[in-house]
Amino acid sequence: MSETLSQPAKAAAPEAAIPVTRPVRVSRGRLVARRLRRNRLGLAGAAFIVLLFIGAFVSPLFYPWDYRTQDDLALLLPPSPTHWFGTTSLGEDLFAQCMRGLQKSLLIGLLVGVISTGLAAVVGSLAGYFGRATDRGLMWLVDLLLVLPSFLIVAILSPAFRGKSWLLLVLLLSAFNWMISSRIVRGMTLTLREREFVAAARFMDMAAWRIITRHIIPNMASILIIDATIGVAGAILSETALSFFGFGIQPPDVSLGTLISSGTESALTFPWLFDFPAGLLVLTVLAVNFFGDGLRDALDPSACRARGRQGANSGEKRP
Amino acid sequence: MVRFLARRLLNYIALCLLATFLAYALASLTFRPLDQLSMRQPPPPAATIEAKRVELHLDKPIPERFGIWISGVARGDFGKTVASASINDELWRRVGISLRLFLAGTVIGIVAGVLLGVTAAIKQYSIFDHVGTLFSFLVLSTPVFVIGTLLKVAWLPVNQAAGTQLLYFNGESTAGFSGTGWDLVVDHLQHLVLPTIAIAIGQVAVYSRYQRSAMLDVLGSDFLRTARAKGLTRRQALFKHGLRTALIPMATLFAFGFGLLVTGGVFTERIFGWFGMGDWLLVGVQNQDANITATVTLFIAVLVLFAGWLSDVLYAALDPRVRVR
Repeated sequence: MSETLSQPAKAAAPEAAIPVTRPVRVSRGRLVARRLRRNRLGLAGAAFIVLLFIGAFVSPLFYPWDYRTQDDLALLLPPSPTHWFGTTSLGEDLFAQCMRGLQKSLLIGLLVGVISTGLAAVVGSLAGYFGRATDRGLMWLVDLLLVLPSFLIVAILSPAFRGKSWLLLVLLLSAFNWMISSRIVRGMTLTLREREFVAAARFMDMAAWRIITRHIIPNMASILIIDATIGVAGAILSETALSFFGFGIQPPDVSLGTLISSGTESALTFPWLFDFPAGLLVLTVLAVNFFGDGLRDALDPSACRARGRQGANSGEKRP
Repeated sequence: MVRFLARRLLNYIALCLLATFLAYALASLTFRPLDQLSMRQPPPPAATIEAKRVELHLDKPIPERFGIWISGVARGDFGKTVASASINDELWRRVGISLRLFLAGTVIGIVAGVLLGVTAAIKQYSIFDHVGTLFSFLVLSTPVFVIGTLLKVAWLPVNQAAGTQLLYFNGESTAGFSGTGWDLVVDHLQHLVLPTIAIAIGQVAVYSRYQRSAMLDVLGSDFLRTARAKGLTRRQALFKHGLRTALIPMATLFAFGFGLLVTGGVFTERIFGWFGMGDWLLVGVQNQDANITATVTLFIAVLVLFAGWLSDVLYAALDPRVRVR
């Protein structure tokens, strides 16, 4: 493989002074893209996510039914060319509702994934870099928040944000989703802190926050990206779970969780009311998980061996 | 070793109290328990509402209210609900119901997950391995409330084909069931099976994935080859030396996996109509009841921390290097 061979060849070139075949320089971005392209499942996941985004945000522009329209003449119709996913007991078009719910779930998932990973990066690197009392205090906070399942806290707080914006739900979900990742970040910071380039920066009297933002966090970028992707899947599941019990997205707005909740009672009699939203949710989360897994293999090949995925890039193992 | 575990226990008790206080304070801040009373038609006189306010200690600051409640708990009295019913009356029945579900789910989840993971690692890249990986991905992407409903839908034809209720979907026992002894056990089991599958299947998915990668790490190690070289059969080497080492990371995972199980328990109880602690939490939030919510939080905190403590003990039992310290 040219990408692994390039390094020793480059080192030898100036001493030998003989024009060896010039190694092809591959930027990290292209390297990752190449590895990602080789992973079929990850690629399929990414393609499906793009498709979902297009479906959720573009289809309402041309689809004849709005998610709020109640058609009294079309109650509980099974799926047909006019109503793609059928209609509900109030005559609402299920496809339009599903797309609206998907919009909410995708946006919430994306925002929560990014925000909570950012929070984890800040808390974890602070705890790891400063150590001592900061470390003990922050990790104790993590322990405390881990004792309470986040579902419980958001459920308790739900009466407070009834009738308020769904962005509040995003903040709440992010506020209770960062703990485990921050422990991982802390562990990595502990090793990074001892590295030469960090020590050099410290001897140059660089401010601590600059060391953290310039040297520590960029060196964990791949882990953070992976973590954010996995976090998106988790956030979508948390949001739908809360909405399922009426603690999340409130009517008249819909989310996949509220749709599944109302479809559950008629899962046997009017199966499409349950099957379509539930299927859509599972496929969405599955696609995000496959993409996250593919991304992990591409960004962090050293993790492959540990996870026993030699097959994914065996070409790089033995040059 | 004993001192280490004792210190951990002390830390856990402090965490427990603080977590319960946090839940109690948040609940007291957001809940408005008097709304139910004041919105009644015809509206009750102001004196009645005021009396309720005093009865619920709403005239006192939140830390003092918590102090009253927790000192009651220390004496074994968990207080009263908004509707003035005693929490103690319902508590132990609900605890029993939830623990039955959690215990069955954990044991089956861990045993099946570990077996599945080990088999997948030994037969890496076989059909079994691929199907197992796909299964874990699929289950991890499916929320418990979908799994529960799917189980119901899938089992209904079986019940109909059998002509009788082989397994039940609703409740933890048949209402008004009068049988004793063996009949009672069978009745409980018939109710237990489907919810246990719903809650255990997620655990199987999590544990099998981690167990597989932990086992793969061990399979390539030198000490396993040494074990074979000294004359152990492959099976003996795998189970005596390999599995034991591969189980160590599982002890840590157990503490996290248990939190997942508890959240899953809330959904499972709701979907299968079990009146356990998870169901009670939802009732507490709906009735704006701080005492019920705090009681459930305390229960969950004790369970999660007990799981954490147990995982420390398991870690020490599995890894002799920890015991030396």
